[in-house]
Amino acid sequence: MTEASDLASAYDLVVIGGGPAGLAAAALAARAGVSTVLFDENPGVGGQIYRGITSTPLKKRAVLGEDYWAGAELAAEAKASGALIVTGATVWSLDPTRQVGVSIAGKARMIEARRVIIATGSLERPFPIPGWTLPGVMTAGAAQTALKAHGLVPNGRVLLAGCGPLLWLLAAQMLRAGARIEAILDTTLRANWLRAVPHLPDFLLSPYWSKGLALLREVRAKVPVIPIERLSARGEGKLQQVDYVSRGKDSRRQADVLLLHQGVVPNVNLANAAGVAHRWNERQICFEPVLDVDFGSSVPGIAIAGDGAGIAGGTAAAERGRIAAIAAVRALKPSASVPDPQSVRQKLQREELGRGFLDTLYRPADAFRLPEDETIACRCEEVTAKQIRDMAAIGCEGPNQMKAFLRCGMGPCQGRLCGLTVTELIAASRHTRPADVGYYRLRPPVKPITLAELASLPISEAERKAVER
Amino acid sequence: MVRTADVVVIGGGLHGCSTALHLALRGLKPILVEKDYAGRHASGVNAGGVRQLARDIAEIPLSLSSMAIWEHIEELVGDDCGFASHGTVLVAESEAEFADFRARVDDLRLKGFTHEELIDRAELKRLVPAVSDHCPGGVVSRRDGAADPFRTTQAFRKRAIEKGAEVMEGTTVTGLSRVDKTWRVETSAGPIEALKVVNAAGAWADRIAAMLGEPVPLEVIAPMLMVTSRVPAFIEPVVILRSRKLSFKQTGNGTVVIGGGHRATPFRDQNRTVLDWEKLAISARTVWELFPIMREATIVRAWAGIEARMPDEIPVIGPSSTSEGVYHQFGFSAHGFQLGPGTGAMMAELIATGATNVPIDGLGIARFVAR
Repeated sequence: MTEASDLASAYDLVVIGGGPAGLAAAALAARAGVSTVLFDENPGVGGQIYRGITSTPLKKRAVLGEDYWAGAELAAEAKASGALIVTGATVWSLDPTRQVGVSIAGKARMIEARRVIIATGSLERPFPIPGWTLPGVMTAGAAQTALKAHGLVPNGRVLLAGCGPLLWLLAAQMLRAGARIEAILDTTLRANWLRAVPHLPDFLLSPYWSKGLALLREVRAKVPVIPIERLSARGEGKLQQVDYVSRGKDSRRQADVLLLHQGVVPNVNLANAAGVAHRWNERQICFEPVLDVDFGSSVPGIAIAGDGAGIAGGTAAAERGRIAAIAAVRALKPSASVPDPQSVRQKLQREELGRGFLDTLYRPADAFRLPEDETIACRCEEVTAKQIRDMAAIGCEGPNQMKAFLRCGMGPCQGRLCGLTVTELIAASRHTRPADVGYYRLRPPVKPITLAELASLPISEAERKAVER
Repeated sequence: MVRTADVVVIGGGLHGCSTALHLALRGLKPILVEKDYAGRHASGVNAGGVRQLARDIAEIPLSLSSMAIWEHIEELVGDDCGFASHGTVLVAESEAEFADFRARVDDLRLKGFTHEELIDRAELKRLVPAVSDHCPGGVVSRRDGAADPFRTTQAFRKRAIEKGAEVMEGTTVTGLSRVDKTWRVETSAGPIEALKVVNAAGAWADRIAAMLGEPVPLEVIAPMLMVTSRVPAFIEPVVILRSRKLSFKQTGNGTVVIGGGHRATPFRDQNRTVLDWEKLAISARTVWELFPIMREATIVRAWAGIEARMPDEIPVIGPSSTSEGVYHQFGFSAHGFQLGPGTGAMMAELIATGATNVPIDGLGIARFVAR
């Protein structure tokens, strides 16, 4: 186990996040002879997509699928490359001078990096419905984490609701692991099918086409799929019932577990706090960093690879990590031999072909992004959609002013669960665009650290002198 | 189109908003020009301390007059601004420090100021039970308190508008010129003409002063703050230290704000700051020693607001030394929040009547103008 005190004070390259982008980037850079450290906050590498890849108790390969096991190769390559891979390491700060604040086992360090690749991936898009804070209502991602890391599937009457490729993948994985799913409440707008048609030719060329179709068939054979327009969770102290409207008709089902998912969005928190410029992506309805062809950001020396650069999926993430790493190696050590980035770019293009279709088809409906009035938008501070709309109506123009009035986004999640909802609610109320409303200015630490951890930062030379004097 | 006003106030911090409100209350028509939005910088993100304690003698009269407004803040702006009065306590960490504090309090009494009061170990423990046992006593200013800074600034802005002030946000001042007695303020949204101008531009005030031929040695600073997750209520007054940089306060919702003056690196042209975690770690260690109860609290956010510091750490207040009709109100050197309400009232009185009863001797810009 690497401890905080074992770390050097500086590295050529710091990679943050050990999913496909981070693993591929660290492996390529370290093999080229660049001193590389990879930090990941989880007990093992893999990120969300390959979570538990070196430790999962699910040894039957068919449960998680061959695409999952592709992660094992990436992890092995990174391990063999000579990169220092530190798990259980939470990066809580990154600034434009590339000082990296990291905590390992309760001890903090500041590390200097000549280059940084942020590979912190994606987050599930907020899915604010009435009752989404009830025990028993979880995100599909949380259920997938339990499955991959511990081989656990939820007990009782389980419903899935939402849209997107990952919802279908999770359903298939749960079924293969022996779970029972009562129904899938599909929020995909029927009109989206028409809008997605122009993107179909590209999609047919992408690897997602045949895989996706097989998944849909597999799940539909075992679980009823109900198209819905409205959704709410109800219960005393815990989830008991799910109400929904399907084709204009009110229905309800008893349920113990409701798993929600409507796609993923880039996890922008660390890049935002580091001062990286972001822009609104209307097709993916989220903010994403402004990047050059090598995934370099507006802050010199900081690149962003993987889904954090805009959602494109796990295999694309690895190629993006390689491209970012090639640029880093060329800047740090021009004499090193690296793969031809052009060939990597071609692979990446193929991986990205299917996105237009998926983004358009699975664009979450307004009703599930702009919640009704009494629905909680900010879970940490329990702020309702109505409070946000009212503030916007009396002149609050942006999320940062909203923080001051309502404290939304000020809790421990730092806006991860409410940021997009707040931006879109303000934009809708003020009849403007999310691009003009903007996003929270995020403050470090981007992950909470204890006062004791911060106090454990090694005392600098200057401070020691000040005390001795 | 040229807009006209009685007074152009440059800067939408608490000071600019307060001056605009008090001008409007006197029946004048102010236009406030703010390059970002009101309270975007130090006024909106400071620690919120409403403190008379431990101030320079030169600003005590202003501070006392401001306190009188704070105690009835809701009557003025229609919002209590989150103001709660539980006092500020300056904790002595050694007998030597305690002796210094006694001398300061005695000196203030001789000058007629009674707001600072020496307290012994027992009273310190009563006021701040969680304080570490090694502290022999301290000084308290019982009427002090704390408020919500952004809410306060917004309340002053809102009431100023209700009383007739115009507030132009997202508007930058680009030039100042004078024809006869009329000032022409060039802005990114067109020119404004007025007989009087107030420079309340905070960390950018030196640029306004330079346009008037009054360069000042203003330092742009960004004092850092951090806030913890909610912890059970354990402390009411704001606590400050002298020899080590610390201010410490628990808000009504249970979070604890830790500050005290360690600084981030400011980039005022980008509206950005870069935090210095090694310095924040010093604050963390100080809290660790002083308040053992805080050791496992979680830091959820750290930040710094951009503001102006003068070399003598007291503000620049009063008429320009070169330009008739221009008044300065900047350089509050990390302790301007409490002074906002009173300084705005004083400034409006000065502009409207030509004189003020609040002594501001020693705060003029002349002290920096080369002879």
